[in-house]
Amino acid sequence: MTRGLASLRRINPTILVFVVLLAAICWMSPLYRTPAGLLSLLQRAAPVVILSCGQSFVLIAGGFDLASGSLITLVVVACALITGGDAGWTWVALLASYGIGAAVGVVNGVIVARGKVPSIIATLGTLLSVKGIAMMWSGGAPGGYLPANLRFFGRYVWRHVPLVGRFPVAVVVLIISIAIMAWLMHGTNFGRLLLMIGDNPRAAELAGAPVRRFRMLTFVISALASVTAGILLGGFSGVSVDVGTGYELQAISAAVIGGVVLLGGQGSMLGAVFGGLTLYALFTLLNLVGFPEPMRVAVQGIILIAAAALSARRGRRI
Amino acid sequence: MAESKTWRLGLGTIAVAALACAGLHAARAQTAATNSAAVDKEFAYEQTLMSAKPIGPADKPWEQSLSTNMVDTAKYKKAPPYRVCFSNASISNPWRVVGWKVMQAEADLHKSEIASLSYADAQDKDDKQISDIRAFVTGGKCDVLIVSPHTSDALTPVVEEACKSLPVITFDRNVRTDCPVTAVRTIGGYAYGMAGANFIVENMPKGGKVLMLRTAPGIDVFETRSDAAAKVFKAAGIKPIGVEFTGADNAKTKAVVSDYLSRVGKIDAVWVDFGAMSVAVAEAFEDAGQDYPIITGEDQEDYLQKWNQEGFKGIAPTYPAYQWRTALIAALDVLQGKPVYGPDWILPQPLITSANLAQYVDPKMPPLHYATCGCETLPGYPERWGGKK
Repeated sequence: MTRGLASLRRINPTILVFVVLLAAICWMSPLYRTPAGLLSLLQRAAPVVILSCGQSFVLIAGGFDLASGSLITLVVVACALITGGDAGWTWVALLASYGIGAAVGVVNGVIVARGKVPSIIATLGTLLSVKGIAMMWSGGAPGGYLPANLRFFGRYVWRHVPLVGRFPVAVVVLIISIAIMAWLMHGTNFGRLLLMIGDNPRAAELAGAPVRRFRMLTFVISALASVTAGILLGGFSGVSVDVGTGYELQAISAAVIGGVVLLGGQGSMLGAVFGGLTLYALFTLLNLVGFPEPMRVAVQGIILIAAAALSARRGRRI
Repeated sequence: MAESKTWRLGLGTIAVAALACAGLHAARAQTAATNSAAVDKEFAYEQTLMSAKPIGPADKPWEQSLSTNMVDTAKYKKAPPYRVCFSNASISNPWRVVGWKVMQAEADLHKSEIASLSYADAQDKDDKQISDIRAFVTGGKCDVLIVSPHTSDALTPVVEEACKSLPVITFDRNVRTDCPVTAVRTIGGYAYGMAGANFIVENMPKGGKVLMLRTAPGIDVFETRSDAAAKVFKAAGIKPIGVEFTGADNAKTKAVVSDYLSRVGKIDAVWVDFGAMSVAVAEAFEDAGQDYPIITGEDQEDYLQKWNQEGFKGIAPTYPAYQWRTALIAALDVLQGKPVYGPDWILPQPLITSANLAQYVDPKMPPLHYATCGCETLPGYPERWGGKK
């Protein structure tokens, strides 16, 4: 019994919360009891999960990235304006989007790491300027659709796949993104040093870790993750001017639910992934239950706080 | 042990929250019932306006009116050129972007009469708009003031102040005073809401399932739209399978519709209070591999183009962007001493159906363009609005 409890304790509690939510979702709706249904849930959760992973790099190194939501909007607007619905321009648009993402990440990183501006302020500033650029560029109403081959990533579903039936492309993008970020975080010295930097930047610096350069890199990773999420979101739902609104806070909440500690030093990609999944499962469950919106927002808030508190308790004990 | 206690605490919180929700929900249902008499009256009034014939040139709906009353403006008469000032609530959504371009293009038509069009964007902030209006009034460089108010109550006092020193025209949203020379508006939200709901009632097979999608709670114009639709459905004995808020977010709209499809299997009609989400609704059905239901929308081009292409059953009540022209025309008329429709200038609110869809749909216009801009004959069309020749 005690041994059972001990091994239970070692599992990230977020995974348990997610399993409970998923069980409730399956109980409520027969669709989610099929592999195709679960994969479509995963498809819709993909942007939040990718954002949560990207955000975790910044959080673990002791920062915040508030610019991710408006970067998503900028990416979708940019793709619509560059392609103008013309499939031939898709690759240009994708390259440009990652270029824009890298630039925003570097700007954030330089302001925080070199300029010594607290990241919450620096990225709040970037949030506003990136949003402003998106509005100026599009004149407030982006003219043009996203071509089908660009929407492919976020929307297309392979049919007649053996075993599962339907398989969304977004899930492949999700798996690749998670694999890259998990390797960076847990398979390289860079990731290990990030944990150290977040835990005690002074000690890390004295130990010879390139603190400023690595911190800057975390913002670039987060920005590139936002671009990926933006391509998936734009693909899933099409062009709109407020497609990214609110995602920065969702990303931070997801990471915190997953046990990433604000102010840095602790967290894992597994936690970030399940934090994102948990958050999206929660949205889905509340949709399925059919609470009226104001209540839903309130319940969502309470559950978020409860989940974060749970993760924090676990963190303290270890 | 501590672990399980935390768990129980968490579950307890969730249970309490759920109970609180149920209680609040009941309370809200009660307040909705009490003001239904006023709703009935306005509903009936807008219903008659929708079938009434407007006065004015049929090919220029922005010069038409459903209110016959005129206001004498002789006391404002001045020699041109005029200095026009415009305090705008914001250009934070595509409708307002289209509208502001419409007004600027209208101004280009009157180059000889307009010396200047001074502009202030309040960026959706009441306090900014109050100081914008004060600055215009005290600056003394305006002959007429056009206001598109952000919120009615907050802007009322400052508009009353402005009325004391110069003629004021409001449009889009109103203020709660009749001091402006005229308030340009369209028929209203009830007319909008009932149009889509009536269409669903007439076209849906008996016993069909209706899903209502709303933007956000507590916004006047959206409340009237959904009140009207709810009333129509109730009268027809239809109980919607759900009323959901989507924040006009496409991804959320798609997720909500997909969840409903998975819960109830088949949906026969989707009513929306805002056309920006209609295409996302259609895509949710595509992605689920189901036939399109009846989908209501608005005159936004992406919806019109989708409707035209796919041929599902659709209808588009409108909130015409041509009122931005009307506001400027009214302002110039006032300064020329011509009588204008007032104190309310009620513009017709065209209804786009499959019969007249061809007249509004235009694949050369961008997806977020509004077809009732009344801008086809204005200088710079279509490039000014992002369209292709």
